[in-house]
Amino acid sequence: MKFIKFLILGAIFGIVMVKSEAISWYRIQEMFRFQSFHMYGIIGTSVILGVIGVSVIKKYKLKDTSGEPIVIPVKAKFYKSAILGGTIFGLGWALSGACPGPMVVSIGDGYLSFIIVVLFGLLGTYLYGYIREKLPH
Amino acid sequence: MRDFLMNPWPWWFSGMIISSIMFLLIFFGKTFGLSSNFRTLCSIAGAGKKVKFFDFDWKSYRWNLVFLIGAVLGGFIAHHFLSETNTVVLADSTVQDLKVLGFEKPTSNQPSELFRLEAIFTLKGFLILAIGGLLVGFGTRYAGGCTSGHAITGLSSLQLPSLIAVIGFFIGGLIMTHFIFPLIF
Repeated sequence: MKFIKFLILGAIFGIVMVKSEAISWYRIQEMFRFQSFHMYGIIGTSVILGVIGVSVIKKYKLKDTSGEPIVIPVKAKFYKSAILGGTIFGLGWALSGACPGPMVVSIGDGYLSFIIVVLFGLLGTYLYGYIREKLPH
Repeated sequence: MRDFLMNPWPWWFSGMIISSIMFLLIFFGKTFGLSSNFRTLCSIAGAGKKVKFFDFDWKSYRWNLVFLIGAVLGGFIAHHFLSETNTVVLADSTVQDLKVLGFEKPTSNQPSELFRLEAIFTLKGFLILAIGGLLVGFGTRYAGGCTSGHAITGLSSLQLPSLIAVIGFFIGGLIMTHFIFPLIF
């Protein structure tokens, strides 16, 4: 039962991905062709509100529901992997029209062919883990 | 109200909800990041026996798998109960550009040219789905996050690695769209 809130939040996430059309391959094409504000609006609104919220959390040292001080996880300061991994991710994002969230949401939206995309996504993650030590970070 | 919910949602409304989801997860002591689930699933499948990267206590990430299952459910709910039409109204210029590449005007969320079930059984169709997934799965872990972890959470907390990763997302996306698409479509 303690997980039910995450199920509900996940469902809201899935709904908003479909209803905002952020899961659409077409919308990702529109974004990478700079032909519409739509995707930039979605991500931009989330980030601007996020910046404001995070600074409020930090300023007032807010606590989470279990009473612990909130710590936003710090991303490892690996810049080579950020740019190289990011570029590889972007190639796949444009090709499949989906990042990890929208991939699984699309299965729920009735596009079962995304099961293939997700399975190969898992294989890609496994491959990364397998050759991780040989890659520049 | 009903019309508002049943029609496609505007970008500002969607952005507000995504941001709220991020903050609720933060207040529950968690973090917003979908792609970590790929690592967790590899670990559950036993990858930790062979590769150290997957040898971790995946049980502490069960909450995120539940979130992922919720996301699939949400897709189902939106499709069956919250949509009257799934036609994406795309910019005319995009419709024109995609027509040149052989894609019809959108009649649903995804192009049937790529995502109809029969496409899996053609070599090219299968390879597009497989390679697309492979690149995303590899790249997201190499970069240390995806759109939710880097672009939303990372940028919200003004982290430089996230900005660099997002620049990478766009370098890759622009190369694929403008240089590779004309070669494969």
